[in-house]
Amino acid sequence: MGKNVDENPGVALEKHYRGVRDKTLMRVFILPTLILLIAINVFPLIWSLFLSFTDYSAKMANVWGKNPAWVSSQNFADVLTNPEMWEKFITTAKYVIMTVAGEMILGFGLALLLQLDFKGRGLITTLLVLPMTMSPVIVGLMWKLFYDPNWGMFNFLLGLGRVDWIQDPARNLYSIVIADIWMWTPFVMLLSLAGLGAVPKYLYEAAEIDRASWWFKFTRITLPMVSPILMLALIFRIIEAFKIFDLPMGITGRGAMAPPLLAMHLYNVSFVTWKTSYGSAIGYIMLIMVLAITLVLVKYLNRAKQ
Amino acid sequence: MKKRVHLVFTLILCFTLAAGVAFASSSEKSAEKPAEEQFITIHWAQWAPADYLQKLSEGFTKETGIKVVVEQTPWETFVQKYNTEMIARSDAWDIIVGDSQDIGNMAVNGHYVELTDWIKEKGVDKTFTPASLMNFAEYPKGGKRYYAVPCEGDALAWAYRKDLFEDPKNKAAFKKKYGYDLGIPKSWTQLKDIAQFFHNPDNGFYGIAIYGDNGYDSLAMFAEQVIWSFGGELGDYSTYKVEGLLNSKGSIQGIEYYHELFKFTPPGFGDAFYVKSNDAFTAGIVPMACNYLAFFPALANEATNPYAKNTGYFACPPQKGADGKTRQFAALGGQGASVVTYSKKKDLAMKWLDWFIKKDTQMEWARLGGYTCHAEVLNSQEFLNATPYNPTFKVSMEIFKDWWACPEYDVLLRTFSQYIAEYVVGGKGTAQAALDRCAKEWTAIFEKAGYY
Repeated sequence: MGKNVDENPGVALEKHYRGVRDKTLMRVFILPTLILLIAINVFPLIWSLFLSFTDYSAKMANVWGKNPAWVSSQNFADVLTNPEMWEKFITTAKYVIMTVAGEMILGFGLALLLQLDFKGRGLITTLLVLPMTMSPVIVGLMWKLFYDPNWGMFNFLLGLGRVDWIQDPARNLYSIVIADIWMWTPFVMLLSLAGLGAVPKYLYEAAEIDRASWWFKFTRITLPMVSPILMLALIFRIIEAFKIFDLPMGITGRGAMAPPLLAMHLYNVSFVTWKTSYGSAIGYIMLIMVLAITLVLVKYLNRAKQ
Repeated sequence: MKKRVHLVFTLILCFTLAAGVAFASSSEKSAEKPAEEQFITIHWAQWAPADYLQKLSEGFTKETGIKVVVEQTPWETFVQKYNTEMIARSDAWDIIVGDSQDIGNMAVNGHYVELTDWIKEKGVDKTFTPASLMNFAEYPKGGKRYYAVPCEGDALAWAYRKDLFEDPKNKAAFKKKYGYDLGIPKSWTQLKDIAQFFHNPDNGFYGIAIYGDNGYDSLAMFAEQVIWSFGGELGDYSTYKVEGLLNSKGSIQGIEYYHELFKFTPPGFGDAFYVKSNDAFTAGIVPMACNYLAFFPALANEATNPYAKNTGYFACPPQKGADGKTRQFAALGGQGASVVTYSKKKDLAMKWLDWFIKKDTQMEWARLGGYTCHAEVLNSQEFLNATPYNPTFKVSMEIFKDWWACPEYDVLLRTFSQYIAEYVVGGKGTAQAALDRCAKEWTAIFEKAGYY
């Protein structure tokens, strides 16, 4: 019997190529994706890291030793010692703090309100989520029309006259902050709603038996239970706000009057004036900053989970 | 042995996958276009002249059977897009109708085919205006080496409301206030007086519509023409000397003038380019607007401008500088058509150029609304009578001047736009400080590029 099975050519082939079906076949299928990922993700990352240590313009002809020319850490030194760059770092930090704080407070507040039992809660939740489903570029262009000093609804609704929210450097950072908060508050709200829904009801029931106040329940039950998911929302929003590009591009454009935000500056340096190596250095500094912030927050997230 | 079999199997699978993808894409291509069909692709910005060129090229297709596709990219990303494609040595387009100031970059980096011999052989240097050939096709300037054929000649000019300018009440009030007759301005000083006279923000009416956008070249183009008109310079185009020229007395006066004039624009004009300028005019909130001539067809059309019948046009006025000399300049716009080095259909592209430079084609180009640089066509009565703004175009073609055309033009543009916009639009600092800063930075840019 055993001999018959061994003699079956199908079984013999199956045995012979068992390795192919298992690990090798798996590798074969992964290989194209892996090659593609290396080609479009890892290689540009390494290449741009190399470029950040050179003097190179993608617009000019490649001549090794001249374009690119090795300049060591000169680009990084130039970025970090340039007072104008620090103005951009500070403006971006302001932007991140204002938008993220606004979104966290409003998003969590809305989620708390939506926890209440009232008619039309589902419909209101759906309507509130709508802004974040839109394309950021469209949102930017829409807010640009809304802010237009001549015919925009923003000034009209607030009775402000012909205030320029788009090109006045004293105001246009705030106009982008408002649009960002409008667009991304629902994201925090949704995450908060998920977190609030996961808080066990018996904790509130036990607190009520002990006649605990609303504030006590909020600070001792709700906040600690929801904090891991709030921390996650915070991480996502900080990363996104730090590299904001599409909204300001839509609202103010990339001209001299636009707020000095890092990602906008990176675009101008890399793709308008084609200072590729200097742009790579800015990109890497941004990456390091985002990584540092994220690492600190992830540490807090793990602590909150515990 | 087993390992080797696996390796071979893996390689065969990868090869099959790659071949499959290649075959699928090639069969897709061949399904789209029959092998025998000949066509060329021209890249240009997204605007009316590109539509005219598409229509004009139907004549070429009729004559030769070669189809022409004019691919259009929005102005905001036009230059950036074709630069990116050229860096990648792309053969996506056979001809690029590129910006005049980009000719140096394209020539130096070998993206455009040199047309010097062809230009001389076909007599383009005799049939097209010398100024257009120099600005749209030649690099370095005066070097007699050509990389393009002037396609769309263009310059900044003005549209004005004749009904408001000729209104007896306005005329009388103006004369009383300024001591001379209200009419087409004879100097930039008069132009500012007119803007001031009409400026009435409380009634939602403003003195002027001019460019304020500084994302690309619009603010710089307006700035350069006032700098030149007031006796200043952007620098010496042959020696690349900047200090003492860019921040000369004339340049400073020009930029100060721009700043003063900008105060009479409607609110939010810090990002105004051609659309906003035309919109303000057609909305009836300004008596005059500056724009490239290529955008004037919309102002002459009653369907897009309710004041079309009462719209007049004039070229940039002259100005007496601090040195007592009178100068008249207009900023050059427009583009030249160049054959892309990486095109696989250079022969077809050259056939199109052969056809495009013909007098008949140029006359048809002008009839459709294109701004020809063909000297004979430009001077013909037919051309001058074709539209109400063509006479203004002719004058502008005699007074135009262009921005730097060296490969570093974009870095110069960005620096200039940033500093000048901060003063003109944002009111920050002074014209002297902005120009001093710019001159210092430009000198460093030229020094690094090895011009000194």
